[in-house]
Amino acid sequence: MAKILVVTSGKGGVGKTTTSAAIGTGLALRGHKTVIVDFDVGLRNLDLIMGCERRVVYDFVNVVNGEATLTQALIKDKRLENLFVLAASQTRDKDALTVEGVEKVMKELSENFEYVVCDSPAGIEKGAHLAMYFADEAIVVTNPEVSSVRDSDRMLGLLASKSRRAEEGGDPIKEHLLLTRYNPERVTKGEMLGVDDVEEILAIRLIGVIPESQAVLKASNQGVPVILDDQSDAGQAYSDAVDRLLGKEVAHRFLDVQKKGFLQRLFGGRE
Amino acid sequence: MNIFDFFRERKKGSTASIAKERLQIIVAHERGQRSKPDYLPALQQELVDVIRKYVNIESDQVQVALENQGSCSILELNITLPDR
Ligand SMILES: Nc1ncnc2c1ncn2[C@@H]1O[C@H](COP(=O)(O)OP(=O)(O)OP(=O)(O)O)[C@@H](O)[C@H]1O
Ligand SMILES: [Mg+2]
Repeated sequence: MAKILVVTSGKGGVGKTTTSAAIGTGLALRGHKTVIVDFDVGLRNLDLIMGCERRVVYDFVNVVNGEATLTQALIKDKRLENLFVLAASQTRDKDALTVEGVEKVMKELSENFEYVVCDSPAGIEKGAHLAMYFADEAIVVTNPEVSSVRDSDRMLGLLASKSRRAEEGGDPIKEHLLLTRYNPERVTKGEMLGVDDVEEILAIRLIGVIPESQAVLKASNQGVPVILDDQSDAGQAYSDAVDRLLGKEVAHRFLDVQKKGFLQRLFGGRE
Repeated sequence: MNIFDFFRERKKGSTASIAKERLQIIVAHERGQRSKPDYLPALQQELVDVIRKYVNIESDQVQVALENQGSCSILELNITLPDR
């Protein structure tokens, strides 16, 4: 049976898709057979971030409607043996996905994968609800900014009350905080909420801090999940987060302003 | 927080600490709302409508609160009637 992870946030544009691609790829890199599922019906984007947009033939809704089998719809990653993507439908029909339809697909995926990573759409409406409903664990992606933190708290309330685990009285969804687009320099200046502040307010376990990084845009330009850029700060931070997800104790990096030494500045070396 | 604390915060020059304080307040408030049953707002509105048949009141003059006390819950209604 697979572990179902949802990457969610409430607020839009905070880095859910970037994170789903990175975490899913990181799990596959560590040998776990993983599928990343795009739940953003009508706004398919995971395929672009993963670099498989030209190979989408069938999507999630086709599988739900029986127009394609799961095997036909799953897109195998070109780089990693045990990594797959299930694309979102571009339909404008908001009711294309139903609880029953999603349940059927989740069940079949669970039998064939170790990890199912669900990339949630923004908001707290139907799409976001379906993405988190069957989850075992949740990665709550948050930016150090007031509206994102508030929306994350709202999402935590929903995870605790509106998921299948909550409704059936099972163990609660395990919640992880992933702080992204973090800028240590601005935190030092008192212009941005710090890790401790956000942790204190949301009171859930911190699984990683991803710095604001130019590597993210570069990676998305090329359709390469940023975690595969193992020289980059964001790639390394995501890598640490995956290790923590798998139960390893890893110290947090990139929390402090990186001071460049005189020689490093001169020769442009990286620390 | 009183007004002096507010200025002291500002003096520290930190908009982040203002953000944190505002978040702590709103998040605590919204968590409190979350545990309330969904029917409270509708109940409040219907009460207002009934009372308005007899007295002209604003909707914020009816307060409805549900408090859990051990094995039972207490529904507290607080209705402020206008000056006569
Ligand atoms: N750590 C980061 N550093 C810099 N830019 C980032 C970082 N993380 C995400 N971004 C940028 O933020 C934008 C939104 O990211 P992404 O699409 O992953 O968010 P999302 O939460 O999935 O959005 P939506 O709610 O629309 O689905 C993208 O342009 C992405 O490149
Ligand atoms: Mg997205």
